Amino acid sequence: MQPIVSIQNVTKRYPGVIAVDNVSFDIMPNEFFALLGPSGCGKTTLLRMIAGLETGGEGGILIDGQNMAGVPANRRPVNMVFQSYAVFPHMTVRDNVAYGLKVTGTPSAEVGPRVEEALEMVQMGAMADRKPDQLSGGQRQRVALARALVKRPKVLLLDEPLSALDAKLREHMQLELARLQQAIGITFIIVTHDQDEALSMADRIAVMEKGQVRQIAGPEELYEKPKSRFVADFIGKINLIDAEVSGASKAGLACAAKGLGKVTVPFDGKASGKVSLAVRPEKLDLLARAPASKTNISLKGEIRDVAYYGDVSNVFVTCADGLELQVNVQNDRAVDGLLEKGRAVWLSWHPEDTLVLTQ
Amino acid sequence: MARRNTSRGPLDYGKSPWLIGFGILVFVLLYAPIVQLIAFSFNDSRRNIVWQGFTTKYYKVAWENVALVEAFTNSIAIAVMCTIFATIIGTATALWLWRFRFPFKAAAEGVMALPIVIPEICMGIAVLVMYSRVGGWMRTFESGPIHWWNELFSIWPLNLAAITAAHIAFAFPFVAVVVRARLAGFNRELEEASKDLGASEWQTFVNVVLPFMKPGIIAGALLAFTLSLDDFVITFFTAGPETNTFPVKVYSLVRRGVSPDINAASTVLIVITLVATVIAMRLQQQPDKSKG
Repeated sequence: MQPIVSIQNVTKRYPGVIAVDNVSFDIMPNEFFALLGPSGCGKTTLLRMIAGLETGGEGGILIDGQNMAGVPANRRPVNMVFQSYAVFPHMTVRDNVAYGLKVTGTPSAEVGPRVEEALEMVQMGAMADRKPDQLSGGQRQRVALARALVKRPKVLLLDEPLSALDAKLREHMQLELARLQQAIGITFIIVTHDQDEALSMADRIAVMEKGQVRQIAGPEELYEKPKSRFVADFIGKINLIDAEVSGASKAGLACAAKGLGKVTVPFDGKASGKVSLAVRPEKLDLLARAPASKTNISLKGEIRDVAYYGDVSNVFVTCADGLELQVNVQNDRAVDGLLEKGRAVWLSWHPEDTLVLTQ
Repeated sequence: MARRNTSRGPLDYGKSPWLIGFGILVFVLLYAPIVQLIAFSFNDSRRNIVWQGFTTKYYKVAWENVALVEAFTNSIAIAVMCTIFATIIGTATALWLWRFRFPFKAAAEGVMALPIVIPEICMGIAVLVMYSRVGGWMRTFESGPIHWWNELFSIWPLNLAAITAAHIAFAFPFVAVVVRARLAGFNRELEEASKDLGASEWQTFVNVVLPFMKPGIIAGALLAFTLSLDDFVITFFTAGPETNTFPVKVYSLVRRGVSPDINAASTVLIVITLVATVIAMRLQQQPDKSKG
């Protein structure tokens, strides 16, 4: 299958900084693709380069097999939902949505039905005659979405579309965007710094840092099998433990880890010298006394802090060697009376749940 | 009394009799001369010092004063032309300063605002000196092929070109400053959104940038119109012997005593200015009213 968007060795320099540094990847048709990374990682610049709003970069961008070099923004088969929504304030909702069709000379008999259809798609049909200043943030975003979709783009670009909404509405819109994308079957590329957003919506995620793509994978693989410390740390919460490799065997990699002593963890790659052992907080068990299991990795510690979130608590445990680990526990009867500051506890997890990160 | 004082917050100024009195005083000082001017245009007295009774005959007298009517129409013509040109040039200047980056931009912005701060008398003298030079230079062509030029500029309203040009020169920076301030609040993503939706540079300007600038342009145009209409100093220096504007004409008349026909003509001017202001304000609100 031919990729709908192909990014080939794209680089964008600004005076003194490289915003996008030799990035290459393909996006497939009908994919919900997320560009994820901290602010300043180049994700928005890359999105704007696809839209044609950022010019003067190196490398090639192909949309549906066509090289976009020298093609201005108004001739590209992509449309964008802007972070500020950029809904035209002097036009009604209907005029906003019709704008993109009118300026490109779409026959007026066709404009009306297509505008109505787009407004229905985002459930804004009843507000077609309102002005943007009579709409809430969420409604304005729907207008921006309809305005882009009415053009029937090959790719829809979304620049941090949910960052200005409150938490409840954001969650709702995440679900709605994912459903919309499935219903209309066009490629979505979303830029976000919110890992929850990317994990819950996207089919594939590219994690970016300092202008480079660190890893491209599906949400589950990205969470369970991060390739580097940066990705592991950026996606969700994780405990990173410094370790030194002492040998490899069939059983796995033997290493001396800070606070743990000698441990053997499963690993099928090659590693030597300093590595990081990584384990997610929800994989750890918090116990009142020493575990019976001999196969588990376990260690003793003392509760230093408890962050209560209602359904779960995040417990910070200080262990030997100054190693600090965080554990996620369900707030059920099993932990009644256990989550007290200063209490001595045991932590335990299965070696399979440990990741070895070499970079 | 003590209780009343404690119940009054710092923003309850509507309750303070002192402040209310002061407010009324300010209004009286501002508007009493204008109200008196309008009232005495209906005074049935030639000397116009004591109220003698109601009449509208001085409106007729003013209308029949050919020199006064000519000065009046000159003023309106100059103001209209000045408004059109100053608005176009001022808006273009604002766009240029907002849109582009170039060396010495800060200096350019400062120089552009200079006519706002330069004393009018200096502007007047400077323009007079320049015009006398240009005039002398033009006269050397009088017998040559450019003679039609002088003929052309003796036809109304082109004979007002000198005054109009001077007015445009001092009015357009006001327009530029107002429009520039409006543009500072423009969200550049609106422009990008327009292009992203398929609009060309020109379509984007007409459909997105221009509607955003409109309130600023109207406010600037109104400013230019009023500045031109009531300008005395610069006009006084640039008006030739055969051209006159309303303020300059009134000045020459009042030296022989204020007669009610001047009051009457001034009242007409006030009404015209008010009507222009109301129209401009209506235009500014139109987009909300027509479709809201």
